[in-house]
Amino acid sequence: MQTISDRFSFLFRSTKGLVLTAIAAISLATAFFGMLSGPMEEFGIKSWMVSNLGLSLLPQEREGRIIILYHTIAMAVVAIETYLITALVPMRKSQQASINATITGGYLTSFIFGLIFAYFGHNYVFHGLFIAGQVLIFFAGVMLTAALWPWGKQYRTSDPERARTRGGVDLERAAYFFMALATLGSALFGAVAGSMFGNGFTVFLAEDIIREPVKTPLELAVIGHLHIMLTLIAVALTLIIGQWLGFKGRLHKWAMPLMILGTLIITFGVWSIVPYQPTAHIIINVGSFPVLIAALLLVIFGWRKITNERLAELKIIKPTLIQRLRALLHDPLRFGALWQMVYMNFVVTAVGIFMAVKLDEIIRQWPAREERVALTGHWHILAGIIATIILLYYADLAGLKGRARQWFGWIVIIFSDLAFGAVSVYETKRVFVDELSQQPLVDATILLADIGLATVLTALAALMVWRLIDLFKKRGRWKQELRETSLSQTEEVAQ
Amino acid sequence: MKTLRVLTFLALILTLTACSAPDLPQATTPVETGVDPNAWATVPAGSFLYGQQETKQDIPYDYDIMVTPVTNAQFAAYLNQAVAGGALKIAGEQVVGYYPGDEFHGKKHEEPIEAGDWPHYPVNLKGARIAYTAGQFQPQPGYENHPVTMVTWFGAQAYCQAQNSRLPGEMEWEKAARGAQDNRAYPWGNTLERNQANYYSSRDIFEKVMGKGGETTPVGFYNGKTYDGYATLDGASPYGVYDMAGNVWQWTGDIYAGIHYRYLRGGSKADYGYNLRVWTRNNVRPDYEGPSIGFRCARGGQSTASQ
Repeated sequence: MQTISDRFSFLFRSTKGLVLTAIAAISLATAFFGMLSGPMEEFGIKSWMVSNLGLSLLPQEREGRIIILYHTIAMAVVAIETYLITALVPMRKSQQASINATITGGYLTSFIFGLIFAYFGHNYVFHGLFIAGQVLIFFAGVMLTAALWPWGKQYRTSDPERARTRGGVDLERAAYFFMALATLGSALFGAVAGSMFGNGFTVFLAEDIIREPVKTPLELAVIGHLHIMLTLIAVALTLIIGQWLGFKGRLHKWAMPLMILGTLIITFGVWSIVPYQPTAHIIINVGSFPVLIAALLLVIFGWRKITNERLAELKIIKPTLIQRLRALLHDPLRFGALWQMVYMNFVVTAVGIFMAVKLDEIIRQWPAREERVALTGHWHILAGIIATIILLYYADLAGLKGRARQWFGWIVIIFSDLAFGAVSVYETKRVFVDELSQQPLVDATILLADIGLATVLTALAALMVWRLIDLFKKRGRWKQELRETSLSQTEEVAQ
Repeated sequence: MKTLRVLTFLALILTLTACSAPDLPQATTPVETGVDPNAWATVPAGSFLYGQQETKQDIPYDYDIMVTPVTNAQFAAYLNQAVAGGALKIAGEQVVGYYPGDEFHGKKHEEPIEAGDWPHYPVNLKGARIAYTAGQFQPQPGYENHPVTMVTWFGAQAYCQAQNSRLPGEMEWEKAARGAQDNRAYPWGNTLERNQANYYSSRDIFEKVMGKGGETTPVGFYNGKTYDGYATLDGASPYGVYDMAGNVWQWTGDIYAGIHYRYLRGGSKADYGYNLRVWTRNNVRPDYEGPSIGFRCARGGQSTASQ
């Protein structure tokens, strides 16, 4: 009994165990539900699953299923970020424990009952539990925001290397706080619209109404909600990665105010989309700029630090360019987390700006379904990049070392970027080829995307299996991780 | 790590070799389906469930709709007649015709559709299955009973007007596809089998030539018949109308205020199956010519279309 209890404690009470559990849940959902579309559907796997596993996939309910699926996955991602934040940012242990417990109960309830409701027949009790789970997550968010309150005297800092106000308020903590506050408001933004479902407001996918000249306020709220939530997840992750890499110094002092400013402006812009749609986009673009600059400063800091640390290890005092490059690339996990942020600018930001600038001239000359493909690919890539950054950080937390660290890191970077690059070409294919000539390009890009994703998922599966085997060991890594409550590099955390 | 480098290199090669397009066949094997493209089906007056959200809508009149999309043979005959009669003219690489224009509302992204000559059909452009040679429009061999594609909305509505009919409104189109009995997603029910409609990777006999994106199938192809060992399921709607799911997107006649796009229904050979659901909408500029876009006409009653 003690054996099971200890493992249970690891998986549901320790930070690394909780992150592992959530990643495993997302992996299982991705593997299972990924069979219902794309190449697996073409191979007939979907038909087999429907026939043999009791799935109920009425075509009338497809959009509802998709909405529930990505909500459940997003909730698990939010939970992962919350676990990391409560372990990285100083707060009372009791706060950490209650936040983690609440969000775990919330996301698992939403995850399990939401997916059963969506895919295995409509039992509305399960739908209620899906909603109840999200309420718990929201409540955990309220507790997290309170715990992140940056003006408490005990959390003031005198460290000259950290961004802070004259009164000693830690601006990194403030950035977390405003991100959490913005997330709560933005969750409500979607929840209020969602609560009107069935009362004249109906299920829709944002990409299906792109060209409608008039959108209702509730439709605008949902569109705003999905954009801002993904943005805030990315902001939170940037802050988390910054802490992982020990972000500090002059760049930190510039980056944190920019991150706070950008987060607040973007959030205001998105919230104002309902009453002031024409100006909202301008506000959002203005807010995006400081956030991107803050992320760039982190990348500069991080790459410089990785390089310098390695050169110091090797005792190279006057390195050549090649030696610097090798030093930068020697640790794919830390390099990769930042590289993915840079790569995002090629496959998400640049494509997005191109689409916005050339909307009427190029994109709106295509059938709406082509524009829809571009939009769907766009946010799938962004979500995918966020996932790979989390995986690279988790691989480090899980203690991957040596060759395994190299293999896992480079596989995730190269093959995910291969997939994201291929999808970028696929989604904008009409720029390069007409419909009559597109099939070879479509076949190649889909194949490359599938190879990339399948390889990354295989690497992830290997990581999960390794950790599963570890759980069966009496003195496995899990035993040591169970005792850790903080991930911070400083001792003051989580006291 | 060497293996990783080799895999990356192979992926790069694959990308670079992806840019060569296959040659478009200029003829195909004729396939007789037994479905008459000149036939019309009557849709009786009454209510039906409209859209994915199944709102009850009433169309208070009977109307007829073509049993199949307009074929290359039908459209070629029309072009010959219309050009000879002066209703249409050939200007460069386009058959053009007059359109009186739409009211412009100045909405964001709206483009004016002004009175004047607009393209109807391309002349000998890649993808057009009707060739123009020696002053005559002629379907490519074997494609006579395939749905006409590459025709603009202007061309489609002019064809229908010439036949004393019109493009169906979106509601009319959907009722003809779905029927009035239930909330089915496809014209025949709620499941989609590969041999019931022409869609992306549906593995019909024409996909062997053009790949997964496919080629048009003859109108009425999915009618339960077996073609050279390839057995189809009947894809007719409750009113006996064919090709309301897949094969080609179909222009509809509605013109909405503040938007210059025209709406398309039905999904096509190049779309995943979920696009074939009867309520799925697509839209594009009215002068767009696409190899997956065709149309059919309706007549009788008061059109829901605001043209």
